[in-house]
Amino acid sequence: MTMTDDQVLSQEHRVFQQTMRRFFDKAVPESYVRDFYEGEAGFDPAMWRRLDAEFGLPGLAVPEEFGGSGAGLIELVLVMEEMGRCLLPSPFLGSAGLATSVLLRLGDTEVNTCLVPRLVSSGDFAALAVTVSSGDWSEDAVSVRAEGGGDDTFRLSGTVRFVLDGDLAPLLLVAARTTSGISLFEVEPDARGLDRQRARSLDPTRRLATVVMHDVDGRLVGHEGTAWPAIRRGLDDAALLLAAEQVGAAERCMDLSVEYARTRHQFGRPIGSFQAIKHKCADMLLRVESARSAVYAAAFALDQANPQASRAVDVAAAYSGDAFSWVAKEMIQVHGGIGFTWEHPAHWYFRRATSSAALFGSATARRRRIAAALGMPC
Amino acid sequence: MSREWRASTFREDVRAFIARLLPRGWKGVGALPVGDVDAFVTQWRDTLATAGLLGLSWPREYGGGGLSHAEEIVLAEELARAKVPGGAPWDPMGMQMLGPTLLEWGSEAQKAHFLPRILRGEDRWCQGFSEPDSGSDLGSLSTRAVADGEFWHVDGQKVWTSSAQVADWIFVLARTSREESAHHGMSFVLVPMDQPGVEVRPITMLSGEREFNEVFFTDAVTHRENVLGPVGAGWKVAMTLLSYERSHVAATLPIQYEQEFERLLALVERRGLGRDALVRDQIAQAYTQLSVLASLGRRVKAQISQGGPPGRESQLIKLAWSEYHRDLAELAINLLGPEAMVVEGRQGPFLPYTADYPGAPISSGAWIGTLLHSRSDTLVGGTSEIQRNICAERVLGLPR
Repeated sequence: MTMTDDQVLSQEHRVFQQTMRRFFDKAVPESYVRDFYEGEAGFDPAMWRRLDAEFGLPGLAVPEEFGGSGAGLIELVLVMEEMGRCLLPSPFLGSAGLATSVLLRLGDTEVNTCLVPRLVSSGDFAALAVTVSSGDWSEDAVSVRAEGGGDDTFRLSGTVRFVLDGDLAPLLLVAARTTSGISLFEVEPDARGLDRQRARSLDPTRRLATVVMHDVDGRLVGHEGTAWPAIRRGLDDAALLLAAEQVGAAERCMDLSVEYARTRHQFGRPIGSFQAIKHKCADMLLRVESARSAVYAAAFALDQANPQASRAVDVAAAYSGDAFSWVAKEMIQVHGGIGFTWEHPAHWYFRRATSSAALFGSATARRRRIAAALGMPC
Repeated sequence: MSREWRASTFREDVRAFIARLLPRGWKGVGALPVGDVDAFVTQWRDTLATAGLLGLSWPREYGGGGLSHAEEIVLAEELARAKVPGGAPWDPMGMQMLGPTLLEWGSEAQKAHFLPRILRGEDRWCQGFSEPDSGSDLGSLSTRAVADGEFWHVDGQKVWTSSAQVADWIFVLARTSREESAHHGMSFVLVPMDQPGVEVRPITMLSGEREFNEVFFTDAVTHRENVLGPVGAGWKVAMTLLSYERSHVAATLPIQYEQEFERLLALVERRGLGRDALVRDQIAQAYTQLSVLASLGRRVKAQISQGGPPGRESQLIKLAWSEYHRDLAELAINLLGPEAMVVEGRQGPFLPYTADYPGAPISSGAWIGTLLHSRSDTLVGGTSEIQRNICAERVLGLPR
C-alpha cells in the first residue's frame, strides 16, 4: 500500500489490449471452446503457432537477448485478461506464465541461452511439475527425490499432481529435492520410468496431468539446491497472471449477465429493470474493477521490483479468485434455468472459476501469507 | 503574508513544512485530550491560512494559492498522512464543495465576494439538499424559491444539514419554476442563515451526538443576485459540487483507513488474538479489501490527474469504501469481545464516513463510536442501494 506512483495503462497498452481483444474475439468464438466439451479436442498446435507467429506471445516477457520481445508482466497481464475472457484452452499459462518465468528467474546464463529460446519461438512449450498430492505450492511440499550420479545427471522418483499440460509438454521441468535442497531438472518426455497421465479436469479447458517418476533420468537445470527462490518468484508471476485471467473471465460473465438482463423479459419488463438483478450486476462490476485494479497494481509492482510486490500479488490473487468465483455463480443465478443447462456457457466459467480458485494455492493460503507479512505472530 | 509554493517540488516542500510545525512526538489529533481538539484545530487552520495552504487551487485574485487541483490533492494527502486536518470541521462545505463550484459557475461579483470570505473563515457554509420527503429521490424536492423584485423568497424544509448550527450561509437546491419534472426547474440559491425566516433544529444521531440539523425556511429571503449558475440550472450545479467532494474524499480516505487499520492491528495485539487462525484470516481479508480499494482509488486518481475522463470505476469508489468501513467497524467490535459491552474512554468525534481521528486510543469507546457512526457510511451521499442503481443504469446500461 505504500506504492504511490500513478500506475495506469499507457496509450500503447490500450492499443495492444484492443488488438488482443479483436484477435481472440475472432479466433476463439464459443464454438471453439465448445469443441473441448463436446469432442476429444485437446491441445491445438495451430493456435499455439498463431500466438507465436502473429504476436510473439510465448516470448512476450522474455528479454530480447534471449529471443523474446522484452515486455513486462503488465503486458502479459493484458494478454491473460483476454485469454480468460474467451476461456482459451492453451498451454500459455503453464509455459509462458510459469515455466518460462521460473527459468528466467534462475538467472543462469546457460539456461537463458539454451532452454529459454526453445520456449520462445520453436513451437515448444513447457510444463513445470512442482506440487504434491496436497495441492500445496510451498517449498515444504516438494517431495520428489533426486539422487545424484556425480555429473549433472540425477535419478528422480516421486509423484507430482496437478501439472499444467504435464502429459503433453515437450519440455518437462521437475522440482525435486537433492541432498543440498530443491533443484530443478529437465526430464525427457520419453524417458524410461516416466508416466504421464492426463487427469479428468473439472474444467476441460484446463489441461492437468499426474506425473509419476521411478528412477527417471533428470538433467540438472541451473545449480543444485538453489532453485526454490526462482520457483517461488515464478509462482508469484503465474499467480498474478492467473488473477488477470480471472479478471478477464469475470468481466465476460458480467457482460453476458448484463446482456441477458437487458433482453430477457418477464412480467412484461426486462428483468434487468428489477433491482434484485441490477444490484447483482452492480456488484459484479465492483468486483471486476476492484480485482483489475489490484492485478494492475501488483503487475507494476513486480515490473518495478518493488519490495512489497509479493504481498501485492497475494492481495491480487486472493481477491481475484474470490471475485471470479462469485461472479460466475451469480451469472448462473441471473440467467435462471437456462444458466443451468449444458448448452449455455455459464458452467464453463463456473468450472474455470472453481478450478482456478485452487490453482497455485487457495485464497485462504494467500491470506495466511498476508497475515504473516503483516507481522502477526505465528 | 502567505508563502509561495512551487508545483514542481510541492509534495516534498509541503511535507517538510508540516513536519516542522508539528509538536515533537505528534501522534495525531485523536491522541489529544478531547477538550483540546477544538483549540488545536482552530489554531491549525490559522497556520494553514497563513501559509497560503487554504484554497491552494483557487486563483490568487480570490486569495487562493494559484496552483492546480493536482497540488490540492497532494496537500490533502500529506495532511492526512501527517494526521492533521485540512481545516475546521465545517470547512469542507465551503472549501471543497462550494468553492470549486463557485469558480466554475459563479459570476465575477460572486467569486470576488464569497471566495476570500470562505478562506478567511468569515463565512461558514452548510448544504441544503435533502428534504424529509426527498432523500434518495432528490429530484422530487419541494422547497421553493420565488423571485419578487429584489429578492428570492424561500419556503420549505431541509434535513441532515451538517454544521447548520454554526453556519453563516446555506446553499439551497430549490424549485424556481412550476415545471414539475424531476431535475428541471431547480436553482442553486445562496441564503444567509442569520434571519428570522431560517430556523435550525438539531437532530440527535444514533450515536448520541448532535452534528446535523433540520433547517426550516419560512419566507426566508436572499438577494436576487444570490443564485449560482443560471436560474433553472440548479441540478447541474449541484452535480458539479458533488463531483468535487468525491475527488477529495477518494484521495484522503485510503490514507485514513490505512492509519485506522494499524490501530486494528494494535487491537488484535492488545487482545492477544494474533495467533487465532480465524482472526488472522479476518484481518488478512480486511487488509486485502483495503489494499484492493487503495489500488482502485489510485487508478481513478491517475486518470483524473492525466486529464482524462474518470472511467467507470470512479462510480464505484463511494460504494466500495463505505461498505469496507462498515464491515471493518464490525470486525473491530468482534475483536473487542466482551469489552464491546462497555464504553471505555472517549467516543467519537467524527465526520461522516471517516475513521476516528488518527492517533485515537485503541479503547472500546473509540471503536464503539466508529461502529455507531459507520451505520451512516452506507447512507450519506447516496445509499448503497442508490449507488448500485447508478452503477447498473449509467455504467452497465440496464433499464430503469
